Amino acid sequence: MSARTVSMDLATTGVDAMGQPIRLPLTIKPSRTEDNLGDEHMLLNIGPQHPATHGVLRLVVELDGETVLRVIPHVGYLHSGFEKLGEYRHYNQIVPLTDRTDYLSPMANNVCLALAVEKLMGIEITERCRVLRVMACEMSRIISHLVWLGTTGIDIGAFTPFLWLFQQRERIYNLQEAWTGARMTTSLTRVGGLMADIPEGWENGLRDFCRTFPKVLKEVDTMFTRNAIWCGRNQGVGAISAEEAINYSLSGPMLRSSGVAYDVRKDRPYLGYEDYTFDVPVGEHGDNYDRYLIRLEEMFQSTRILEQALDKLKPGPINVDDPRVILPPKSRAMSDMEAMIFHFKQVMEGVPAPIGEAYLGIENPKGELGYYFVSDGTAKPVRWRIRPPSFINLAALPTLCEGALLSDVIAINASVDIVMGEIDR
Amino acid sequence: MTATAVAADAGAQSAEALKSKFGSAVTRVWQSCGDSIVHVSGQRAHEMLAWLRDDRSQHFNYLVDITAVEYRDPERDLEVVYNLRSIDRKAELRIKIDLVKTGVLEVDSVYDLWRGADWLEREVYDMFGISFTGHPDLRRILMWETYAEGYPLRKDFPLRGHFSRAEQTRQALAANPEAHYSLEELSIAEAYGELPADVRERLNQGKRGLVE
Repeated sequence: MSARTVSMDLATTGVDAMGQPIRLPLTIKPSRTEDNLGDEHMLLNIGPQHPATHGVLRLVVELDGETVLRVIPHVGYLHSGFEKLGEYRHYNQIVPLTDRTDYLSPMANNVCLALAVEKLMGIEITERCRVLRVMACEMSRIISHLVWLGTTGIDIGAFTPFLWLFQQRERIYNLQEAWTGARMTTSLTRVGGLMADIPEGWENGLRDFCRTFPKVLKEVDTMFTRNAIWCGRNQGVGAISAEEAINYSLSGPMLRSSGVAYDVRKDRPYLGYEDYTFDVPVGEHGDNYDRYLIRLEEMFQSTRILEQALDKLKPGPINVDDPRVILPPKSRAMSDMEAMIFHFKQVMEGVPAPIGEAYLGIENPKGELGYYFVSDGTAKPVRWRIRPPSFINLAALPTLCEGALLSDVIAINASVDIVMGEIDR
Repeated sequence: MTATAVAADAGAQSAEALKSKFGSAVTRVWQSCGDSIVHVSGQRAHEMLAWLRDDRSQHFNYLVDITAVEYRDPERDLEVVYNLRSIDRKAELRIKIDLVKTGVLEVDSVYDLWRGADWLEREVYDMFGISFTGHPDLRRILMWETYAEGYPLRKDFPLRGHFSRAEQTRQALAANPEAHYSLEELSIAEAYGELPADVRERLNQGKRGLVE
């Protein structure tokens, strides 16, 4: 190896700590021709502390000049063992953990958890709860896509739209705060209902948002969609075919950008999504630019769904009428013997789920988020598995980046829309 | 019929088709909460998954998830779980392989069928210690490669881990003395050596607080 090659010791000894051989030692591939120094490869380390990796993601990139030969992602820096923690908690106590997985769309995660447990327990929720949960999901989709678009703009060199978009995001966060009392860690849902109904006059705030938000989005559309730099950096970059996208188990905008019209809301409707009128944008090239167009259009469509949900919202109970799963109001628990017993049993023993298992996937902003529960009849799950959409989408990054330029790695990584809280769990 | 009911129906049909095609290699077919679940033998699982993917009448082209389940009952087998989906048929099917805990924890990799299995199998290996034969790069993914405490999602793995904080720091320093640690962490590691043997033993078992 000549002096021009930068070699890095990547701390691999050939076997891991459990004595299993590491089958792919991270060494530089030998040069193709010895006499040409220009053919020598370089290993470049990006992250885990790097603003363009959107969290603690580490990418080891093997470069030939500026061309990427290999990308090796290293994840796990934020691993918190949520799945293990879930095995030691009652079903309702898992809700706060879901806030912290995909922390850019906490309310949608809460909804997925509640739906999965309700599927396991066979609970049918009320109509008002269903509409409110649709609102929670679509608000989450908007804020998640706003963060994605803003930060991707910064990665590619456009700072101004970031400020416009974050101003809009702040408006949804204010609504979230008014509803749940928290901006990020919402813990909105409970099994069989919601933690709280929306406060009085809250709908007006959301209506106001739905009226004015598309205007801002159109400004961003004007700024980006035909921008020469934006098109040059995104069009044809990070392309993947429909067959490959399916083979790599991609989901969400990553899958739809390649032309596969699969949206859980349309194909396996939950929460009554079949009663809403909305379109699912589908791309054809599978590149960064199509992913951008899809996410932009999804925000318009989410606004449409929110408006319909506001019209559908009728007064009524938000929780199922079942004292075994829903806590009685505190006033009754303090005055009524029966209510107190139910309160005590739920808090101390939790709600037991029947023996069995259930998988439920919902269309999260990042892709299909699925929760898989296995129950042995106790109040705590035997296994809580998160099907993490951005973890599975990120696994395709090495393929997407192969043969691209180093600067494209940043653009492609941004277009995958990752959130490390969910990848590392 | 709702879309969910259609999917459940298509899944049940595929489960029956699998049973009539492979006979005794299918050990159990059942349903839970509307999901169709098929238990299959580990030896023929790869062949069956390939058939499910490629047969025109099945066409389960999308791998939703791979995971594993260990039950609290120590007698029960470990399960490797494949969630499959056919995008055009709108069908879902769950395939399970039972692994005897005392035996060799090894199944065939489906990396050649679905590239999406790459990281999913690595995660199952990382968290449960189940090896996937034929996987090109079976390394730990969420835990680091020098992690020596075992497999975190196994039931015999305590919630707080096998090693105390001091032990973890000491091992990390022994593996790489030049790693940068805070003074607080270094002082924990030094104090560890001076602790009485029984306290160190308790820390190693992951116990905290005062001695009862």
